[in-house]
Amino acid sequence: MNQLKKKRTPLEVWNIIGLSILLLYVLFLVQPLFNLLKSSVVDNEGGLTLAHFKKFFSQKYYISTLANSFKVSIAVTFFSLLIGVPLAYFYNLYEIRGKKGLEILIILCSMSAPFIGAYAWILLLGRQGLITKTIEAILPITVPRIYGFNGIVLVLVTRLFPLVFLYVSGALKSIDNSLLEASENLGCTGLNRFFKVVMPLCMPSILAAALLVFMRSMADFGTPLLIGEGYRTFPVEIYNQYVGETSVNHNFAAAISVVAILITALVFILQKFLANHYRFSINSLHTIERKKIHGIKNILIHLYAYLLVFISMLPQLYLFYMSFRNTSSSGSVFTKGFSLNSYRIALKRMSSAIPNTLFIGGISVLVVLFLAVLVSYLVVRRRNVVTSTIDSISMLPYIIPGSVVGIALVITFSKQPMVLTGTVTIMIIAMIIRRIPYTIRSSVAILQQIPMSVEEAGISLGASKLYTFFRITVPMMKNGIISGGILSWITIITELSTSIILYTSHTVTLTLSIYIFVVRGTEGPAAAMATILTLFTTISLIIFIKVSDGKEMVM
Amino acid sequence: MSVAITIRNAVKIYGKNIVIPDLSVEIKEGEFFTLLGPSGCGKTTLLRMIAGFNTIEGGEFYFGDKLVNELNPAKRNIGMVFQNYAIFPHLTVRQNVAFGLRTRKLSTEEIRTRTDEFLELMQISEYADRLPEKLSGGQQQRVALARALVIQPDVLLMDEPLSNLDAKLRVEMRSVIKEIQNKLNITTIYVTHDQEEAMAVSDRIAVMNRGVIQQIGSPQVLYQRPANKFVAGFIGKTNIITRALVPQENTSKLLISDSYAIDMPVIHHQERKQVLVSIRPEDFQIVEDTEGMAATVNDSIFLGLMTNYFVTLETGERADIIQESTINSIYSKGSTIRLQVNVEKINVFSEDGAKNLLLEE
Ligand SMILES: Nc1ncnc2c1ncn2[C@@H]1O[C@H](COP(=O)(O)OP(=O)(O)O)[C@@H](O)[C@H]1O
Ligand SMILES: [Mg+2]
Repeated sequence: MNQLKKKRTPLEVWNIIGLSILLLYVLFLVQPLFNLLKSSVVDNEGGLTLAHFKKFFSQKYYISTLANSFKVSIAVTFFSLLIGVPLAYFYNLYEIRGKKGLEILIILCSMSAPFIGAYAWILLLGRQGLITKTIEAILPITVPRIYGFNGIVLVLVTRLFPLVFLYVSGALKSIDNSLLEASENLGCTGLNRFFKVVMPLCMPSILAAALLVFMRSMADFGTPLLIGEGYRTFPVEIYNQYVGETSVNHNFAAAISVVAILITALVFILQKFLANHYRFSINSLHTIERKKIHGIKNILIHLYAYLLVFISMLPQLYLFYMSFRNTSSSGSVFTKGFSLNSYRIALKRMSSAIPNTLFIGGISVLVVLFLAVLVSYLVVRRRNVVTSTIDSISMLPYIIPGSVVGIALVITFSKQPMVLTGTVTIMIIAMIIRRIPYTIRSSVAILQQIPMSVEEAGISLGASKLYTFFRITVPMMKNGIISGGILSWITIITELSTSIILYTSHTVTLTLSIYIFVVRGTEGPAAAMATILTLFTTISLIIFIKVSDGKEMVM
Repeated sequence: MSVAITIRNAVKIYGKNIVIPDLSVEIKEGEFFTLLGPSGCGKTTLLRMIAGFNTIEGGEFYFGDKLVNELNPAKRNIGMVFQNYAIFPHLTVRQNVAFGLRTRKLSTEEIRTRTDEFLELMQISEYADRLPEKLSGGQQQRVALARALVIQPDVLLMDEPLSNLDAKLRVEMRSVIKEIQNKLNITTIYVTHDQEEAMAVSDRIAVMNRGVIQQIGSPQVLYQRPANKFVAGFIGKTNIITRALVPQENTSKLLISDSYAIDMPVIHHQERKQVLVSIRPEDFQIVEDTEGMAATVNDSIFLGLMTNYFVTLETGERADIIQESTINSIYSKGSTIRLQVNVEKINVFSEDGAKNLLLEE
């Protein structure tokens, strides 16, 4: 009798919140994805067909874009690990001069939009590139061209190895120094120790980083678009099929998108499976102490770290320099001397780019944080069918390439009852969808650190559930939330692949404006906008580091 | 204002795991009542049912004569002290203590005076404006207590509040807790797995095992007349040996060894039955007499006031003995001694250990 009464729990406030969030997800994520799927299996007359998939898998050309994407992603993942893991190892085990600044620079490398890197590399190493021409003028050799596979890999690796660095550094920080000392006592040192002790302990993080790098390279299309030339990758194909000048075929684009989602989902599952093999918990009382080393080894380590950062920063530095060069009034030709012309032209032609960026980015971040905090609370503290469903759905965007998110949204919101295409709203929704899985993960991690009893203490003292949540739980999460917000902000303002599908002339952001300038060949203004964007990210990053106070970073 | 707490036939189930099958207890108004038992026996579970944080699968919980089964934990007017203190890290000590008063929407002035009163009482006034992370464990504990008590709760619940403190502080804080409880005379339910701590603070103790209360009583009763073998072993140290009980006219003869038997005030009608005899280390006496059972000393530890002997009885069992140290005679390893037992103080349990035959009328 008593038991029966229990079952009918009143509609408590968290249940209402949970249901509302689920509704939002259905409306803005599940529905668009469903429409995408639907669109991929209908023909022009609206009949069911698998013709698009057949077309994709029967033509060599399309298969080759898929193969190219895999080649690129595998190569990028491989090289990012090859570069990033040793860097993290050196950085955390040995004393490196200026390590704080070095870390900021490494992170900064990862924070520009990849296509900007691609563009700058073309300026440096392209046919008319500065380095190419300089070298070929002095030496009787031809510098290998940057276009195609090599260029894509170069651009993406210099942008993505910092993720590996961050993940592995995080893992290394949680290793107890005594483990290293113990292995040394047992005669296991140097490379041996690296492979036998350190690597296995970092394996979960290495796998997570590898997955992230793989997904990012798979989904990135700004880079191959600019630097790929004949080398077609998958996302470029989706984009071309969708907005291309020649043969637009929305249903076919949808079909390719579905294939893309399936592939990333597969990779995701594979990674989860592998990660389960390496699960263990370490409790570290004494974090690793950095050792001072001397002589040639010391020099090599410094050289390695700084050269790597220098090469990765080179595109941004060069654009910074270019942005101050004098230009003609059209902005497309550089002239002698230096001036602020590029900035003047850029800000005049794209006067709304900065306000748009601030508005879209700001609102998106606020909504992302608000939702992520609520979702993390539901997931951690109120497990039930609804919240578990939210938990699973909320991870979906993680495996969906940005351009696919864009296409799904356009398909859904270009017709009644909800016409949103071309509005700022759809841009904001897209940014929220793209970013929310990461912010939820980081909020969940923060919340798991807060003991349940603190909330119970609040309730036992007579506070309501919501009062306890806003007065106790949220303030305790505050630092984590703010740093998560800044990180979201940076990724949102540098986002290209979704916004390029959704933007109109009214909703051009900084990143989009750079892309537009680049495509139009107005190099000065492109460099100027890129420099402004870098300034934004650098300032944000510095604030982030102040707030997060050495805590780990979830990208 | 303090209340009595009555629990009738409480049931707690996690999935398929019945943690508390059927538990009833009455806690008197103003009493310091302790739930004592090994880790995992369901103490926290029961306490959280009283607090309202756990669902109740069966039974009734009363505060006074009010049924609270369905009452929101925020409305139960309980003061709760958690194992990890659960201090709000982003609020100052004063704000922590005032938290419960704020939710009760008292006037600023009243909040101020009452907070001051309890900061004073717990001797933490000097830290009032600090953030709690700067405080030591003992000070945090005081903040937690002040915060729980300032709201004048009907009942104070404490879950292993001292387990995160070092040994010395633990002893100090338990007298602080006892003193405050006496002063405020508030019904208190205290959870611990440490029998010594329970003995030190409690008016009455409920000894629990596997979700079942084994015995409720004052520390003295639990120690001297444990209801069963589990309680005898859990409260203090004891030696359990199996012996035969032979009926006499109004008593029974307990055959401790071939040459040593004692009269016990236990009546039974079987010809001879096996029982468990519980003898605490201090209830053995080493005698020069010829009567008694022989034992060989394996080892001894001199503890100052007392000396602890580890012996093997002539019947082969091992036993712990504790005796007041005397100037001349510490029995050396290997020496043979003769033992008698303190007839009044030993306990006799049924062969399965489930009941104390001395408590049967
Ligand atoms: N939330 C829970 N879900 C499932 N089982 C639980 C939960 N909480 C406690 N238990 C189980 O209930 C039993 C009693 O636990 P607990 O009350 O915490 O013991 P104690 O406080 O006496 O050490 C244990 O076996 C424990 O595993
Ligand atoms: Mg417990």
